[in-house]
Amino acid sequence: MSAQVPIAAYLILAAVLFSIGVAAFLIKRNLITIFMSIELMLNAVNLTFVAFAHMWHQVSGQIFVFFVMVVAAAEAAVGLAIIIAIFRTRQTLNVDQIDLMKL
Amino acid sequence: MQLALFIIFGALAVAGALNLLLQRHPINSALSLVVVMMSLAVLYWSLGAEFLAAAQVIVYSGAIMVFFVFVIMLLNAGEEERTEGSRAAYFVGFPGAAAIFCLLSFVFLSERKALGVANIGGYLNHLTSNISELSTVLFTRLLLPFEVTSVLILVAILGAVVLARKEQ
Amino acid sequence: MSPMPSSYLWLIPLLPFAGFLINGTLGRKLPRAAVTAVALLFTAIPAAIVAWLWITMKAAGAPEVIGVISQPWITITGFQVDFAFTVDHLTLIMLGVVTGVGFLIHLYSAGYMAHEEGYWRFFAYLNLFMFFMLVLVLAESFLLLFVGWEGVGLASYLLIGFYFKKDSAANAGKKAFIVNRIGDFGFLLAMFLLVEHFGNLNFTEVFSAISANPDWHGGILTAIALLLVLGAAGKSAQIPLYVWLPDAMEGPTPVSALIHAATMVTAGIYMVARCHVLFDRSPYALGVVAVIGAATAIFAASIGMVQHDIKRVLAYSTVSQLGYMFLACGVGAYAAGIFHLLTHAFFKALLFLAAGSVIHALSGEQDMRRMGGLRKRIPITFWTMSAGVFAIAGIWPFAGFFSKDEILYRTFTSDDPIGKLLWAVGLITAGMTSFYMFRLWFKTFFGPEKFKTADKDEHGHAAHGVHESPWIMLFPLVVLAILSVIGGWVGIPAALGGHNEIEHFLDPVFANASTAEAATVVVSHGLELTLAAISLLTAGIGFFFAYVFYYSKRGTANAIAHKSKPLYNLLANKFYVDEIYNTFIVTPLLMFTRLILELLVENGVVGGSGQAAGASAKGIGSLTRRIQSGNIRSYAGWLAFGAAAVLLVMIFGRSLWTR
Repeated sequence: MSAQVPIAAYLILAAVLFSIGVAAFLIKRNLITIFMSIELMLNAVNLTFVAFAHMWHQVSGQIFVFFVMVVAAAEAAVGLAIIIAIFRTRQTLNVDQIDLMKL
Repeated sequence: MQLALFIIFGALAVAGALNLLLQRHPINSALSLVVVMMSLAVLYWSLGAEFLAAAQVIVYSGAIMVFFVFVIMLLNAGEEERTEGSRAAYFVGFPGAAAIFCLLSFVFLSERKALGVANIGGYLNHLTSNISELSTVLFTRLLLPFEVTSVLILVAILGAVVLARKEQ
Repeated sequence: MSPMPSSYLWLIPLLPFAGFLINGTLGRKLPRAAVTAVALLFTAIPAAIVAWLWITMKAAGAPEVIGVISQPWITITGFQVDFAFTVDHLTLIMLGVVTGVGFLIHLYSAGYMAHEEGYWRFFAYLNLFMFFMLVLVLAESFLLLFVGWEGVGLASYLLIGFYFKKDSAANAGKKAFIVNRIGDFGFLLAMFLLVEHFGNLNFTEVFSAISANPDWHGGILTAIALLLVLGAAGKSAQIPLYVWLPDAMEGPTPVSALIHAATMVTAGIYMVARCHVLFDRSPYALGVVAVIGAATAIFAASIGMVQHDIKRVLAYSTVSQLGYMFLACGVGAYAAGIFHLLTHAFFKALLFLAAGSVIHALSGEQDMRRMGGLRKRIPITFWTMSAGVFAIAGIWPFAGFFSKDEILYRTFTSDDPIGKLLWAVGLITAGMTSFYMFRLWFKTFFGPEKFKTADKDEHGHAAHGVHESPWIMLFPLVVLAILSVIGGWVGIPAALGGHNEIEHFLDPVFANASTAEAATVVVSHGLELTLAAISLLTAGIGFFFAYVFYYSKRGTANAIAHKSKPLYNLLANKFYVDEIYNTFIVTPLLMFTRLILELLVENGVVGGSGQAAGASAKGIGSLTRRIQSGNIRSYAGWLAFGAAAVLLVMIFGRSLWTR
């Protein structure tokens, strides 16, 4: 088809995914699920970057995405390691029961 | 073609995200997230970022999400229980999330004329390929950040090993 | 002798100021002799310069006015004031009094205060006073005069409260300063009106502006004049602001002599005389001045008749005599007022110093009921004080006779509608003056000895037994006694065969006033002689009564006092004026300030804002503490909210900071 997709559509899609990620972050109680929602948000942002890279006919947006992926990988590794450590001490993954930092 | 791709895989991505939200068992959420990432890979390809699409599949859904699944299975996390959460999350968080969505859409929609349209397959007119352009920038101008990220990954490995070690 | 260069005028006040600085900063460490030497030297040299100035200005062909101007002091568009001194004949008289009598009193103090601690402080303050008084007298503008005016008030406060460890002395100092301040307020308002109306505060400019418009009468000039009278009433202790002067006797006796007899209190009179051009245009203000003067004279004299403290009697006497000077100015007889100022300086300073000598001889006793028969013990003091007593009583040919008489004559013959009434009041006051002064004389020096030689006097020194004062204290007494005798001879009126030199001397200053009076003066020599005889007779009657009550038939006074107890109590308690002021002015003011300032402002605003700050910090803290719940989801919620807010600001707030 020759119908063209406006860039705004991609951006709005990204916004939808981002908002769903935030909502999941707020609703879910399992630590790992919350972590996954963070990954979802990161992906939404990646989509935005790629859309803009396409718009400006430049490659810098894609470079950004590249680095975001690298950092997301590192963060996932360390974060899951922490979750494992927490699970060992608290024996639970329910985020409401991990509130030792209460004032 | 562009439109069809967009609609199908965009809907798939949103459906996967909603599924992540609505499922109770974390493994289901993880698998829906994989679906989201795959659809996003297709969308990247339609926007002309072939390398990123490949990287998304290989790295993100192939490595990171697998890692998530490993941990879920390792910890044997069961279904979520209902616990009394915090009020702030519902009363302050949801309006916040809604506001973010509304604001972003508002901005994007009000600028949609300026944003233009997407051409499938990119804009390079087959002069150079995406990957060669990407690597040109990456290995010349951004060589230092590139090397630093490798150190970052090394540090992350070390951190993960230390943190997840059994106590002696 | 070569004429004095006008730049030397600066030295006259600045030398005592230098003395103040030296004694004030180094005096504590210097030996007594050095302090005395500095103080005396820096007072003697200005006296010498003034003497030179006299010679210069009395020489034939001398200018009538010498002035010296400095750099501009305040210069803004439309208004300029300089530091400027001016000397005309009026200034010369005042300078003579201030430096001459001042030096004598410095000399006296060296002996009187010899055993005091804080000796250096006393002389520092005394020199400071000299500086301010000289600035006041030499000033060429209202503003500079006001500087001196305030400064002498300050020096007076410092010196009255010299024995600051005594509560009564500290309170008296505060009272003097505060009451003076009320007068200063009037003076300030007058200056504001002057600036608004004339755009200038220099004497020459203002007075020439007034003289150039002979049709200006009353109105704003009356307002200015009345405000100036308020200031003068404060400084010169007239009704209603005289209440500080009797309490000021808490200060050492030389202070009472210098400040509250000879110089500071005469500043008000001097100011009125200096501004006579202004006052002449406002008959209403002059009438007010005359009435205040006469009322104060008789009021104070009546209180003085029943006081027992020797210094209180003299204090009320001072208030009364200042009333005379005010009366003189009020009827336009400025020269007569200044003449009385001159003679009063002599005999009142003498009386105070001699009283100090008596007190010193009795090791601190000030109550006349415990004195008596001292004339054989301290003869020199006796003879000098007698000269003063005769002078103030107005006995011919002592100084007070001529000056007081001149005032009474001019009051009788003035244009004031109540002139004759004022004359009668003045006459009765003269009789009272004579009565209470001779009462003092008899009670102190005659009759049986009622004092006991105490072991310690009021300053804690071992008593010396009744003895004459050292020569350093007696020398000024002798000089002042001589002046009290001959001092009036510069004003012997034509009627009595003299030339009235002082009036002619002051003619260039009071030209307007004297031309108005010229007609009346020439005509009535006979009237003048009659009036002089009447006042002499009145003085004699006063003497007679004092003689009867306190010498020949002792105890008569007590009997009369018992018979008319209410009247006696009224007088003895100073007409309860202090109590009235306390009830109607001081207490409401205190209540008001306590209510408004203490409760509302201090506790409410100041304390309240402090408390509010603390309470709000606590409150906000306890509120925001709830955010730290330890619950990750609530953190997430707040994060989302914050992110939304930031986005909002970024998108829609762009206009806010590009403004």
